[in-house]
Amino acid sequence: MKLNALFNRSLWVYHFNSGSCNGCEIEIVATLTPRYDPERFGIRLVGSPRHADVMLVTGPVVHRMKDRLLRVYQQIPDPKIVMCIGACGISGGVFYESYNLDGPVDEVIPVDVYVPGCPPRPEAIIHGVVKALEKLERLQGVEA
Amino acid sequence: MTPAEIALLAAWCAALSLFALAGGLLLSGIDRKLAAHMQARIGPPIRQPFIDTVKLLQKDTVVPANAIPWLFNAAPVVALVSSVLVLFYIPVGSTMPVLGAYGDLVLVMYLLTVPALALVAGGFASGSPYATVGAQREMVTMIAYEFPLAIVVIGVAWRLGAAGISHPFALQSIAANPVWSVTGPLGLAGVFILLVVLAAITPAELSRIPFDTQEAETELAGGLLVEYSGRNLAMFSLAQAAKTLVLAAIIVAVFFPWTLSSFLAMPPVVALAADLLFFLLKAVLVLFFAVTLVRVAMARFRINELVSFYWVYLSVIGLAGLLLLMADVIAGPLAGVGI
Ligand code: SF4
Repeated sequence: MKLNALFNRSLWVYHFNSGSCNGCEIEIVATLTPRYDPERFGIRLVGSPRHADVMLVTGPVVHRMKDRLLRVYQQIPDPKIVMCIGACGISGGVFYESYNLDGPVDEVIPVDVYVPGCPPRPEAIIHGVVKALEKLERLQGVEA
Repeated sequence: MTPAEIALLAAWCAALSLFALAGGLLLSGIDRKLAAHMQARIGPPIRQPFIDTVKLLQKDTVVPANAIPWLFNAAPVVALVSSVLVLFYIPVGSTMPVLGAYGDLVLVMYLLTVPALALVAGGFASGSPYATVGAQREMVTMIAYEFPLAIVVIGVAWRLGAAGISHPFALQSIAANPVWSVTGPLGLAGVFILLVVLAAITPAELSRIPFDTQEAETELAGGLLVEYSGRNLAMFSLAQAAKTLVLAAIIVAVFFPWTLSSFLAMPPVVALAADLLFFLLKAVLVLFFAVTLVRVAMARFRINELVSFYWVYLSVIGLAGLLLLMADVIAGPLAGVGI
């Protein structure tokens, strides 16, 4: 894995819904509106996991979605970052201890950045991306 | 040809290939910036397509388990090579086409279909239902826009031929004799209509909104390219960028072939640079009106609407332009203008 700094300026994002209430989706879409304009940092929403660098996971991973989450995670080419958006992905949130959960997300796939909130505001999601960038820079520092 | 000539030719071709890639990425960056400004955004830096390409080259290249590996890996190479190759037959600025002696506008038309065919082959070889649907749509789109494209090419070349210009299909003679200068008033209207038709074909050739049904991010998740990643995806996006430059170059060569050096006297080196800049300026303007403005202002057509748009409306409009050109040839000698 050889990363250089240009990688950070071109993060393509794939969004995966593992059973969320759609509140977080609305906030993610709000983050992509012209008001916040993440494209100025090279961030783009893509439709295929094969094109993605960052995976945004929302929801508490219901039983049915576990296999799909694992498969989509494996379909993303390395190097990749996983961001967990919303309280449900972190702990189960309002669905805590539901009979139907295989989650939270970090019990299924490794998570790099957690963005708490139910739902988190766009500012919080952008802050999460900044944290992800810091992590990438640390990785690049180690590998340089 | 002597070895020296061959070496010179190869050097020119290498320089042009670099220019095709860099210029194409630059034009895509300008397109994204302009689109962002039209949507009241700041938008990515103009060098963003370069960054994206470098990023993709750092990523893993995945070949899916049910793909046909050799075809899956060959398609991006074919697409990239053929898109760059087209530029060897098109005049850029004041430099005449490098391989102009070996091919004309008809060859360019054929070569333009090769990247699309490579995409189709790659899509079918991906072994993904999304990519297969995308590949079928790409074929339908290609069949739809070929007819109006042929009308434009034949219309322009036929009018030049009727004006007594030898080799009307060769891009050198098209570039040397702007088609506007040989026509009368009726013909001017006809040529303008053909220009509009060619501009309307451009987004489909580049699979841009409103004619990007084959990539349709929202419904097909990237369509043809759904399974491509890393190096292969980078090659496809480079091919796309080169094709952007090539299409702009074709419109410029056929409809706006004027160069700065033919108006102002300047030393050859300055003239080369000035004409190149002027060419890029013309290309940006052409792409702004043909691609950026259209894609910001419109939503995507359904595939059946796309076919009727090209086969019915645009073909009729193109034929009307052709008839006007014919009327111009007949009326020209009578009215004492034109030929
Ligand atoms: S964190 Fe809250 S808003 Fe987001 S998916 Fe869970 S319940 Fe919905």
